[in-house]
Amino acid sequence: MHSSSTSQGENGLGRWLIYGVLALMALVYLLPLFVMLVTSFKTGTDIRTGSLISLPQEWVTDSWQAAWGTACTGVTCDGIKGYFWNSIKMVVPAVLISTFIGAFNGYVISKWRFKGSDLFFSLMLFGCFLPFQLVLLPMAAMLGKLGLANTTTGLVLVHVIYGVAFTTLFFRNYYINVPDELVKAAKLDGAGFFTIFWAILLPISKPIIMVTIIWQFTSIWNDFLFGVVYSGADSQPITVALNNLVNTSTGVKAYNVDMAAAIIAALPTLFVYFVAGKYFVRGLTAGSVKG
Amino acid sequence: MPVTHTNTPAPLASTTPWQDKMQVWLPKLILSPTIVVTLICVYGFVIWTGLLSFTKSRFLPQFDFVGWRQYERLLNNDRWITACENLLIFGGLFIAICLLIGVLLAIFLDQKIQQEGMIRTIYLYPMALSFIVTGTAWKWILNPGLGLENLVHQMGFTDFKFDWLVNSDMAVYTLVIAAVWQSSGFVMALFLAGLRGIDSSIINAAQIDGASKPRIYWSIILPCLRPVFFSAIIILSHLAIKSFDLVTALTSGGPGYSSDLPALFMYSHSFTRGQMGLGAASAIMMLAGILAILVPYLYSELRGKRNA
Repeated sequence: MHSSSTSQGENGLGRWLIYGVLALMALVYLLPLFVMLVTSFKTGTDIRTGSLISLPQEWVTDSWQAAWGTACTGVTCDGIKGYFWNSIKMVVPAVLISTFIGAFNGYVISKWRFKGSDLFFSLMLFGCFLPFQLVLLPMAAMLGKLGLANTTTGLVLVHVIYGVAFTTLFFRNYYINVPDELVKAAKLDGAGFFTIFWAILLPISKPIIMVTIIWQFTSIWNDFLFGVVYSGADSQPITVALNNLVNTSTGVKAYNVDMAAAIIAALPTLFVYFVAGKYFVRGLTAGSVKG
Repeated sequence: MPVTHTNTPAPLASTTPWQDKMQVWLPKLILSPTIVVTLICVYGFVIWTGLLSFTKSRFLPQFDFVGWRQYERLLNNDRWITACENLLIFGGLFIAICLLIGVLLAIFLDQKIQQEGMIRTIYLYPMALSFIVTGTAWKWILNPGLGLENLVHQMGFTDFKFDWLVNSDMAVYTLVIAAVWQSSGFVMALFLAGLRGIDSSIINAAQIDGASKPRIYWSIILPCLRPVFFSAIIILSHLAIKSFDLVTALTSGGPGYSSDLPALFMYSHSFTRGQMGLGAASAIMMLAGILAILVPYLYSELRGKRNA
């Protein structure tokens, strides 16, 4: 009784304060997105005469068309459409391959342990913490030797190699909670390695597959470091192109085009976030807390 | 138990010794490519970078060893010193502000708030963006001519000056603003998950004893969140040390090299300035930084588990 009466008392001013702070912070987080959107629909004059948060005098899509098709990214002036496709060509195979490998690795490390597999798992976890600056130079040399420098294939390879530590971690942590008895019983029944995976683990793996795919998709799409070091003119991903577009210093700064290009670059990951946010958050917490 | 007994004989008869052997080898076979690749591309490459840092490699790797020369050059390099000081300023403020905002918002959101799901979605969406996108957006918002400064002028405060982006003393703080905007929602999510995991009976007991809400949070709930504080600090310092995209997009390390960070220093010396040996040495210093944070953490974790 006593406790309920105190919380009733706090319902007045305190609750208004809490809601006020939460709403204010929501505005702070939303403001940059709002600014990006309104800027991208403004004309150049509108940007100079209006303010950061004013709505466009007239809504025009010129900047979007320019960002997609004609804006200059360094030496060429074909917009970012080509780089958007480069990113897709890189992301799809890299995500699928690393998820596939991670699923089997996680299955082995959790359900078919052998001498040394736990040690290896700890060694691999370190790969999640390694700043990639430590491998940039040797990897560049290796890609050169393999003839994969400046290619999308090379980028896919790099993303798979350094993504597998995370995908393995996700699947291992998920499968470790599946009772060993299930697997043991199936083994006694004569079920083999692949049968057990196929019949027992795969049917319950949908959530972790979603988490892994979303995590990999987001981190590979948003990657800039590997993209800027290992891609050539024909294979640059969108993040590199966006940076080139923004930092190309020819003529007047077209902030509206910059913003349109930035939104285009952000759309795929934002879409995934708003559609499958639950899995996104789970991946973030699992990937970073455990990592 | 009886079920498995009756089931075992038939299948056992059908497995051949060859199949049994496969069952032993298959898991090792499956894991072996990853083992080999990890040993080469993580551990081997780190060693290779370490070796490079003792050579005078410039545009191409070459193995003329010069001892600690590159490290001496690094410590006498003004730009490197600036980059390290900036990392301390940027990392320190970034971590502190993210923790403060994260824990406050999590506590506020944990008060049975209506629309909690929607608010969480708003707080966390920046985390789905690339730092390049974040940098591009804030570069526009913070630009002195037409951005925030102009907005405040139009509101009537014509004396307002906000030129951090082009001010070499202040540029590093713009990195803090953008990085906090991107990551604080995520820290909130970590703390919220931690709060939801606390046993509510402890809190109820304290309430019955008549403890006030702030007091309960300060002396009961926050201490329970210690592990979350630690993992958040580890994650955020990791983000800060490898921070490269944001500084590239927002300030490019400028004006001059006033907002440079170690990761950008490493990139530009290794790949654009033909100072590969120096770049490798700076990478090794970054590793030392990570280990300095990680090793004590892992040590206390392991010791904690053994004692438990």
